[in-house]
Amino acid sequence: MVKRDSAVDLVGILSVEDKDLASSWIREVSGTLGSRVGKAELDRELRELYEALVEALRQGATDVHAEQMSEVRALLTELSRNRARQGFSPSETAISVFALKRVLEPLLEDGSAEVVRAYLQLGRILDGLGLFTIETYTQTRDELISAQAEQLLELSTPVVRLWDGVIAVPLVGTLDSARTQVVMEKLLQALVDTGSEQAIIDITGVPAVDTQVAQHLLKTIVAARLMGAECTVSGISPQIAQTIVALGIEFDGIVTKASLADALKLALRRSGVDLVAHQGGQR
Amino acid sequence: MTAPWTAGEEPRVYPIARSGDLVHIRQAIRTLSQECRLSLVDQTKMITAASELARNTLIYGGGGTVRAGTVSRGGKRGVAAIFEDSGPGIPDVEQAMTDGWTSGGGLGLGLSGARRLVDDFDLNTVPGEGTVVTIIKWVR
Repeated sequence: MVKRDSAVDLVGILSVEDKDLASSWIREVSGTLGSRVGKAELDRELRELYEALVEALRQGATDVHAEQMSEVRALLTELSRNRARQGFSPSETAISVFALKRVLEPLLEDGSAEVVRAYLQLGRILDGLGLFTIETYTQTRDELISAQAEQLLELSTPVVRLWDGVIAVPLVGTLDSARTQVVMEKLLQALVDTGSEQAIIDITGVPAVDTQVAQHLLKTIVAARLMGAECTVSGISPQIAQTIVALGIEFDGIVTKASLADALKLALRRSGVDLVAHQGGQR
Repeated sequence: MTAPWTAGEEPRVYPIARSGDLVHIRQAIRTLSQECRLSLVDQTKMITAASELARNTLIYGGGGTVRAGTVSRGGKRGVAAIFEDSGPGIPDVEQAMTDGWTSGGGLGLGLSGARRLVDDFDLNTVPGEGTVVTIIKWVR
């Protein structure tokens, strides 16, 4: 019974000058967000949220995770997702919720003890909603980041055709299992598509080769070999060469070259192409 | 080996919980090595050793932390990193330090190779409680 009363109080606070409060809330929020969110959009978002909140409180919701709050949570989720996608900061997102507290402050000035108590209780609920907003925001950003990471995976592994029957993969950055998988698939597919018998894996852009990277490289080379292609690894810098030796990794039976140019020369020779330098030619 | 940190230079702690963390650790070790003016070869060796041990912490230790910072002893400066996990520990250290032996699917060179890549290597493991590996690379 006590709960019921306080719920009515909370609703009372929010419905004192009904429309007026929602409007000043929207004014407050649009002041902080500037013109980056359309006025009409913000107006719609916050009015829906306001009505959902009043309704949830009327049904006796006491915290964010209450069942009656599901509508509010859905609206907040949508709001924070949109903000995260549009590139707003977490504070700019959470302010949408916290601004309501500031809007309610004037009520305290000539309010009774009940109003103060109700304000504090509502404040707690709004704090919870604010945190919920930030959580959803972070989650959305995380999703965005992993989606971008996946895009990078795709982007950073082009297989290029250097000559008839000679393809190359210039590797740049860190090789983890996921990326190597992509590289391997692309390389093997390119071998089939182009009918190439020579493949060059250039690791000039790989900053460090540890056992996992080496293992991935070895597997790729063995797989290419099974398809009848010969693989050359190029771009091994002096420091990487010394690290590989110290680690004790054996590149037995795998042809390695210091530069991509050397590897290409070898690949051409293997496929029966002769390079002839003309006298008087420009170098 | 106790924490060998230079007075006034607190190490930073990095979590090892996902494979993405390994990238951050490599970056951090690279920055430290450059600050310390390790040669390019030594930088690469230190980064590679850190990469091996961090991966071991993640895969075999079930995750943990690494503390990394600069150290000095007898006028020499260096980069140190301490990898710590509370995983199952290593039951047979001698076997684990053998080239080519692996309990997972790797090449079996990570632990033994890391020891050859750095100047100081200390492994402390208690089965059932966890493993602590300390590595230091000194400036020549």
